[in-house]
Amino acid sequence: MSDLPAPIERTADGDFVVRLGPDERDLLRRLTAQLEELLAAEPEDPSLRRLRPSAYEDEEVEREYRALTGSELESLRQENLRALQETADRDRLDAADLDRWLAALNDLRLVLGTRLGVTEDQFADGFDPSAPQAYELAVYAFLTWLQEAAVEAAAGAL
Amino acid sequence: MSSATEAPGVVELERPAGDEHEEHDRPWIVVVWNDPINLMSYVTLVFQKLFGYSLAKATELMLQVHHDGKAVVSSGTREKAEHDVARLHAHGLWATLRQD
Repeated sequence: MSDLPAPIERTADGDFVVRLGPDERDLLRRLTAQLEELLAAEPEDPSLRRLRPSAYEDEEVEREYRALTGSELESLRQENLRALQETADRDRLDAADLDRWLAALNDLRLVLGTRLGVTEDQFADGFDPSAPQAYELAVYAFLTWLQEAAVEAAAGAL
Repeated sequence: MSSATEAPGVVELERPAGDEHEEHDRPWIVVVWNDPINLMSYVTLVFQKLFGYSLAKATELMLQVHHDGKAVVSSGTREKAEHDVARLHAHGLWATLRQD
């Protein structure tokens, strides 16, 4: 994929251009919808644990902290996922859109990566299309590629 | 030792036990832990955006997380540390706080 133009790039006027095909945009919509469903239906699913790390070691203090901050974190997450879903078809994003894409893409990678049990050098030996879960791994690689580009574009705007 | 660990928090205070004023003054530190999913470039960007760190400082902290498994990224009052942890969690990073 390295000889393709970057899927997200900063433009001269400070916006961001998105170069994705219809299938890729459709995939983003489906993934965000699936995560929204999972959050609503199975909020205690183990694959969601990386979305809500503990702030405190002490369990009782952690429960108090979570009671105060948990719902705000969840509604922010839902806003970001919804924003990615609604702007997945756009060819242009502004800086606020890109921030929401970054957060939503990261949540998708955290959940899929947790489910797959990925390691830091997951693709060091290349991608094996015959691996069990090859499809999910390909989706994870796609999200990683897209997020890398989004990060680079955002970093260029700092 | 990198600048990140030279936060005021690591200064050992030789005070009598039960000195409640000192107890209250000891800063809270925010620790970010390594994980296999968050991209190194993303972690650096989050440190720059949330804390206003330079690219050099943010990269140094990110590498400390990556190589040592964790790094102290900010410190201050408990309220400030909780706020920083909440913002780090909102960006998907694995952060905890404790009184130093």
